[in-house]
Amino acid sequence: MKKTFLKLILFALAIFIIGTFYVGLKKTEIYDTKNLIGTNLDNFTLNSLNEDLEINQELIKENQYNLINFWASWCGPCRAEHKYLMNLNRNAKNLKLIGINFKDDKKNANKFLSKFGDPYHYSAADSEGKVSINFGVYGIPESILVDNNLKIIKKFIGPLNQDEYKDIINLTK
Amino acid sequence: MKKIILIIFFLTFSHLKSDEVTKLHIEIYKNLRCLVCQGQSIADSNSEFAQTVKLVVKDKINEGKSKKEIYEFLISKYGEWIVYQPRFNRGNFLLWFLPYLILIFGAIIIYALIKKRKNNKAN
Repeated sequence: MKKTFLKLILFALAIFIIGTFYVGLKKTEIYDTKNLIGTNLDNFTLNSLNEDLEINQELIKENQYNLINFWASWCGPCRAEHKYLMNLNRNAKNLKLIGINFKDDKKNANKFLSKFGDPYHYSAADSEGKVSINFGVYGIPESILVDNNLKIIKKFIGPLNQDEYKDIINLTK
Repeated sequence: MKKIILIIFFLTFSHLKSDEVTKLHIEIYKNLRCLVCQGQSIADSNSEFAQTVKLVVKDKINEGKSKKEIYEFLISKYGEWIVYQPRFNRGNFLLWFLPYLILIFGAIIIYALIKKRKNNKAN
């Protein structure tokens, strides 16, 4: 009786361990911060990139939709997504683009914008990158679509692509 | 003389305080996962993300935030994945208790075997 019980427990333990490994190894989820969708932005304060202006949550409340885009002149993928940002500026009527220049040199940032075009309605600078943590950013480029209630509607991790561009156009109609 | 004693006193205690803060910093950095690295903690990494998190942690400590508050803030932004030592909850209770259960189970088996051997010898 005792032996059978012991065998049963060992068998259950083996099944549990194999099951745990099986489920764990089959999981192919890539980490992201999309759990922030539906939550509200925290209050933040940033200085404008070029003007003597404070950029904070109050500015976001003024616009029906806002796309907060984290970028830098030293970031290669930021160049790849730049055309989509320019198109959004032209075609998304209810959307304001807020560019947050991440850990960059102001001179280089402005050079980048003069060379490729400035898609942003507002440009802010996060020179130490600390404010990006409030937005759950862990790499750039990253874009966050926010409504005027500060609610995060969608997060775009990595450079924007054609599908995501269309998605933003549809979401902000 | 009094001045010298005061200076020594100040230097000694300011040094102790800075050591204490450094230990706390390192303890927190070691428990935070660098999300863009391969198996590195914030303490081990020099990536942009790790450097930024270090700055934020420093600021939070200077603001007087506790270790728990700092972890909670980062968990609210990056999820439970950012900490190496997850909080105890319904989803991970087995992770916390299983090693102890296995230890107790192993001890019971060893005890039973020893007892059995003794009984066999006595017979």
